[in-house]
Amino acid sequence: MSAVLEQVFQVGFLAAIIRIATPLAFATLGEMFSERAGVLNLGIEGIMLFAAMAGFTGAYFSGSLWVGVLAAVAVGALMGALHALFTVVLGLSQHVCGIGVTLFSSGLAYFLYRLVFGQQSVPPSIKGFQPVPIPILSDIPVLGPAIFNQFTLVYMAILAIPLATFILYRTPWGLSVRMVGENPRAADSAGVSVMATRFQAVVLGGALMGLAGAFLVMAQFNAFTFGVVSGRGWVAIALVVFGRWDPWRSAGAALLFAFVDALQLRLQAAGLGHIPYEAFLMLPFVLTIVAMAFMSRNAVAPSALLKPFRREER
Amino acid sequence: MLRLEARQRTPAWLNLTLPLVAIVVTLILCSGLIVLAGAGVADAYGVMFKASLGDSYAITETLVRAAPMIFTGLAVTLAFRAKFWNIGAEGQLLAGAMASCFVGAIPMPGPLAMLLMAIAGAAAGAAVALIPALLRVRLKVDDVVSSLLLNSVVFYILMALIEGPWKDPFSGYPISPPIEDSAGLPVLIEGTRLHLGVLVAVLAAPLVWLLISRTVLGFRIRVTGENPEAARYGGIDVQRVIVVAALLSGALAGLAGVGEVGGVHFQVMSDISPGYGYSGIVIAMLARLNPLGVVPVAIFLAAVMTGAEAMSRATGVPAFLSDVIQGTALLAMLVALLFTAYRVRRSA
Repeated sequence: MSAVLEQVFQVGFLAAIIRIATPLAFATLGEMFSERAGVLNLGIEGIMLFAAMAGFTGAYFSGSLWVGVLAAVAVGALMGALHALFTVVLGLSQHVCGIGVTLFSSGLAYFLYRLVFGQQSVPPSIKGFQPVPIPILSDIPVLGPAIFNQFTLVYMAILAIPLATFILYRTPWGLSVRMVGENPRAADSAGVSVMATRFQAVVLGGALMGLAGAFLVMAQFNAFTFGVVSGRGWVAIALVVFGRWDPWRSAGAALLFAFVDALQLRLQAAGLGHIPYEAFLMLPFVLTIVAMAFMSRNAVAPSALLKPFRREER
Repeated sequence: MLRLEARQRTPAWLNLTLPLVAIVVTLILCSGLIVLAGAGVADAYGVMFKASLGDSYAITETLVRAAPMIFTGLAVTLAFRAKFWNIGAEGQLLAGAMASCFVGAIPMPGPLAMLLMAIAGAAAGAAVALIPALLRVRLKVDDVVSSLLLNSVVFYILMALIEGPWKDPFSGYPISPPIEDSAGLPVLIEGTRLHLGVLVAVLAAPLVWLLISRTVLGFRIRVTGENPEAARYGGIDVQRVIVVAALLSGALAGLAGVGEVGGVHFQVMSDISPGYGYSGIVIAMLARLNPLGVVPVAIFLAAVMTGAEAMSRATGVPAFLSDVIQGTALLAMLVALLFTAYRVRRSA
């Protein structure tokens, strides 16, 4: 048994958790910004896919991974703007638009990928990001190699959490975001532009979803496949709820999910397949639904979530 | 400066023309992609039309594909009429497929097997839809997110089954054992795949229309959706209506899965639904939540999906164009719907 445990919890395990958590953290923070401003973005699954495709294509042809990252962020922000155009400017129903954005952008991603790369038996790949050890810190036993010998995008994700917290709770813009998500009427009377603030939050959210897509194709798989996102967007939707719309809690939820996922992979590799691995994969969804049932009594969701705002209508 | 002004009532001619306008706008927008792919627009759409509606065999293939989309379209229509936001038709379809496959593998007389498969599939779909409905009426849990997340839960249950107890012991493929030959839905026209389930799907649409517009339950569903306050005031048990609407919606989505198992695939695999549940949302919106509109819209989208493969082979335009058309059509329709509720006015 101890030999099995050793195999499961070897040094690489912690590093694997961090790597699985990184795209989820970006996506979750992105969805959180959008929802805190009162806009549910079900387009996340398709936005991540389209951004991943754009990122891969950008990196493939420019030869520079950072050009790829930039392309992914730009496409993410652009698709966020599309969702905001429909839900914020036109005030259309958020859930239906979200499904529309997901169908549209994933369709476009598949279409353009096939157009650019054709049908190849072996999908083209790129040389992805390499770990950048941070001097001194990476020498810390166990934690050092796992956390401080990672891809630059991982460090960005780790820094994004306190940064998001600061923006949301310590800046005037963050205050506006929370106001338009809780009580747009009051925000409007206080002189905050509900439309502009929501638009900005959804676009910022889309950019973060773009980073998630970039990580998948440039650090995790180093290629674009049609299953590259495979439900990670829906996981992020669940994690935002599970993390109660808070950056630290949401990132914590991402880490927890990554732990379960990494554990599942290791248990499978170690031949401990008594419990089907699908049971682990459905865990975040089941736990979130259960958590929603318990949370509903003390409302923590942004009050104006799903509610369009039109100034003339009172 | 242009601004939107609320309309008092929607002119009748708009109800019919809007979906057509949305579809035409979609085809125009997507022709840009055809040009980008270096093909002729008329050529590509021509092949697409010919391969999906050009001859009788093609039409039967399109109808076979339309059947599950009619069911999910009706499922979403019924739920949305009660303002129960069922985003979970995909999971309910998968549940229906699993349940009917389980029943269909038990040896018994054919007609009995088909009946029990339909009942089991509908019940399984309804059971999945019941969860978000109960969570909403009892605990005020948002139905959009809970029904969406259940899609993933049901999908992983399916994966666990086909990679576990159902896995083919000889080939090791993750597919379920096939249903009994006698349990397969009868083919209506010799030499085609047109099965009984297609007919049931087409007949289900007027039934759902009757239910919504001509029965007491339908009246309650409409009032609950349009004005829950008034419904409550008028003595309608709104919570009960939402639960019943959810059960019916889930059952319809479950039947989509039954048709796929009983009439097309005869077993369950991971890609048994290429997103028919999400297509149901597109169809319901394009049909303006009218059950009778669901059939032509579903056939249109099915034709696009069926024709896309042939178009790809003939012109080199990637078949994924059909996915783009679906997404664009939904977004175009949503914008078009604005004109039913508002009109553009010049303001000072």
